Amino acid sequence: MSREKILAAVKANQFTSAELPDLNVLASLTATDANLVEKYTAIASAGGSFVYEVADLEAIKTILQKEFKPGVQVISGVAGLTDYTDAASVVHELSHSFANVELTILQSNLGVAENGALWLTEEQMHIRVLPFIAQHLAIVIDKNNFVPTMAQAYEKIGDARYGYGAFISGPSKTADIEQSLVIGAHGPRSLSVFIIT
Amino acid sequence: MSSAVTKDHAELAEIFNRDEPRVDWHDETLWWVRAKRDIAAQKLPEWELLRETASQIKNNVLSNLSEYLTQFEANAIKNGIIVHWAADAAEHNQIIHKLLSDRGIDRMVKSKSMLTEECHLNEYLIERGVDVIDSDLGERIVQLAGEPPSHIVLPCIHKKKEEIGDIFHEHLGSAKGESDPKILTETARQHLREVFLTRRSALTGVNFAVAETGEFVICTNEGNADMGAHLAEIHIASMGIEKIIPERKHLGVFLRLLTRSATGQPITTYSSHFSKPQAGKEIHIVIVDNGRSIQLGRKDFRNSLKCIRCGACMNTCPVYRKSGGHSYHTAVAGPIGSILAPNLDMKKYADLPFASTLCGSCSNVCPVKIDIHDQLYKWRQVIVQEGYSPKAKTLAMKGMAFTLSSPGLYRAAGKMGRFTFKYAPFAVNNGMNPWYKHREMPKAPEESFGEWYKKREGEKR
Amino acid sequence: MKVALFVPCYVDQFYPKAAIATLELLEKLGVEVHYPKNQTCCGQPMANSGYEHLTTGCNNLFIDNFSGYDYIVCPSGSCTLHIKEHLHSPQSEDKATEIRKRVYELTEFLVDILHVEHLEASFPHKVGLHQSCHGLRGLHIAQMSELVAPAFSKPAKLLDMVQGLQLVQLGRQDDCCGFGGTFCVAEEAVSSKMGKDRVDDHIEHGAEYITSADLSCLMHMEGILRRQNSNVKVIHVAEILNHSIQ
Repeated sequence: MSREKILAAVKANQFTSAELPDLNVLASLTATDANLVEKYTAIASAGGSFVYEVADLEAIKTILQKEFKPGVQVISGVAGLTDYTDAASVVHELSHSFANVELTILQSNLGVAENGALWLTEEQMHIRVLPFIAQHLAIVIDKNNFVPTMAQAYEKIGDARYGYGAFISGPSKTADIEQSLVIGAHGPRSLSVFIIT
Repeated sequence: MSSAVTKDHAELAEIFNRDEPRVDWHDETLWWVRAKRDIAAQKLPEWELLRETASQIKNNVLSNLSEYLTQFEANAIKNGIIVHWAADAAEHNQIIHKLLSDRGIDRMVKSKSMLTEECHLNEYLIERGVDVIDSDLGERIVQLAGEPPSHIVLPCIHKKKEEIGDIFHEHLGSAKGESDPKILTETARQHLREVFLTRRSALTGVNFAVAETGEFVICTNEGNADMGAHLAEIHIASMGIEKIIPERKHLGVFLRLLTRSATGQPITTYSSHFSKPQAGKEIHIVIVDNGRSIQLGRKDFRNSLKCIRCGACMNTCPVYRKSGGHSYHTAVAGPIGSILAPNLDMKKYADLPFASTLCGSCSNVCPVKIDIHDQLYKWRQVIVQEGYSPKAKTLAMKGMAFTLSSPGLYRAAGKMGRFTFKYAPFAVNNGMNPWYKHREMPKAPEESFGEWYKKREGEKR
Repeated sequence: MKVALFVPCYVDQFYPKAAIATLELLEKLGVEVHYPKNQTCCGQPMANSGYEHLTTGCNNLFIDNFSGYDYIVCPSGSCTLHIKEHLHSPQSEDKATEIRKRVYELTEFLVDILHVEHLEASFPHKVGLHQSCHGLRGLHIAQMSELVAPAFSKPAKLLDMVQGLQLVQLGRQDDCCGFGGTFCVAEEAVSSKMGKDRVDDHIEHGAEYITSADLSCLMHMEGILRRQNSNVKVIHVAEILNHSIQ
């Protein structure tokens, strides 16, 4: 059987053990908690995200009303943003029908200042394809939920169990044609981030 | 595949260089990516420590790989993932074909996986009646053009937008003459959306597989891996055995390095962590060896298995930039490809370690600090020792070594101009000499330094 | 201080002026320089072509010529690096080890060992500094653009001491010139193109001279410049540092 064959070949060719490095030095070097929202906003905006600092959920609704035409399909997974189709009420068997969703709004509880990435697990997505298939994506996050770098992000994630999770750092994009950046490859054409202050 | 004798890197590079403005364009495009990488790296004062840390983690991985592989497998199975093992490309392709045919599936959408390029999976499946569509924009373009990718991160970096416009006009019905990247990307989006919505199977690569948790991570900017995987009934992920990392927290090192090194972005748009299948769906992982365990046993070359496929060594390599990815006639081009390929087929890829000036830029942009240029040097020695070097070259080298080992012969050769003729081929002024094609020969001085020094010594006395 | 001058074979045969300048410069700085007359080549041309196993003769000859000196100085980063990395001898490995430790490229010797802070030299020209790869990334005589680390350049530091000399900024500070030993003929097309592009960068930025601590790169670029009938000349860094208004 190939499994045994491969493992035996690997074992035979492994060399003397090398220790894992200490990650604490790196983590401590980057653990600067100053101006995280500001840093996040600068990086995320440069990556093509629209970042809004808002006082509450009402403010988000107002912005969305301006940005999206009435009548388009919007799915919300954010507790408190209830004017839209509730993400908890849809099932993944219907994933293919979400191709017509104009906007998905989801919650994140972890943002990374150094790269503009927001962490969402399946629990917050409700259905895995939702943040990808919608034409536009909005993510809501509290201003206190930012960390400086990926080192702290994984400290925070720890040994959490999830079926699926993703860091999302902007709208879907590509530069495959002559390195010209085009926003809106296969996934959302825009990412709006609402930071609750 | 044609039965014609395969051209080597030098010949293919010469063909590429017949269109100089195009070489300039290719070179500048890739240099721009290298420059973006520099800017991204310079923003992190801890960059070099990050590289060193990543390299050490990979050292640990390679020294405990069999244990990590078993740990990963056990945890993945616990998570509900089905794990397969493939000793070589053929077995990899068979496993995937069987997964599809058992379910009566004859259409598949695929996101980027250099491993499947290495295994020639597309050809294998297409020959057996499976329709395979690559969903990464660059990969889709080269697929429609009937070409392999020329770069592991930027698969169609060798194509101009006008050429892509023509391909899209022919295959996807875009307007004739349309070459605006925005419009062409939108055309691909519409075309591939239909594909994503109708395929029951999706194949992806794997960027990192975490032994501690049994999860694996895929990085894309387009979101194509997720669109494919989440909409399909069966998600197959192909990974080489070297993709393992020990713990989840190590992602915090590699994800900081990968995209900064690749494109200069701080991270890809999507870094997706797959742990369990969605209810009612399947995730399969095919763990592939295909020569990697042999490379692991090659003391001088095993570090090549640290590679995280960022492509930085290609972007910085002046030879890659000025010869194009296809000149390397292997799935993974550029400096890293040139140290990986001879492991698979030393005879076929005997030319690749010589397609370098050993300038060393590759080793110093490498985020996991692979000693690429030193390995190129060492592969040259192995290739010669194994007898894959032209006989004439060996003869010339022996003559050269003989002359240079003897001060008397060396001086005589220098005087008679034989040194020039035989051992400095660039100094022969004729049409047969490749040096002379674009360069003048050095002017011969009246006397060598040795002769001048001897005279001066005489005068002193 | 007993210093041996190591003159690479192609410098000996084609560019004796650079070796003379190296010798004179070192003597001017008060160094007692010896030139072991039986020297030939470091063996790099064979080794880089995959024939390191044929360099035993060269290695033994090198050891015979260069043992017993405090320092060995060479006006070529590439040849220095080859000795530093590959000089071995089963019969006299201890001598080889000593030599590997004591061999220096000229500019690093001037900066790190002689601690030169002042030079009586003048060269009133615009000069482009070509950072040869082996000196740069192998010997680290300057900081390479790939690393996130403080900038420095030993050759530039010395050139800054030369009166009237103006270093031009390049578009790509340390891209390879494409010489690469036998690469220059085996991969003629790419090699020439690399050389052309390097030369163009210097010309576009107004260089009258291209200098380097390695003559192999300069030889390559000179071949291209002369084919183009360019007025731009190449000159080894030792010739500039040893240059004074006549």
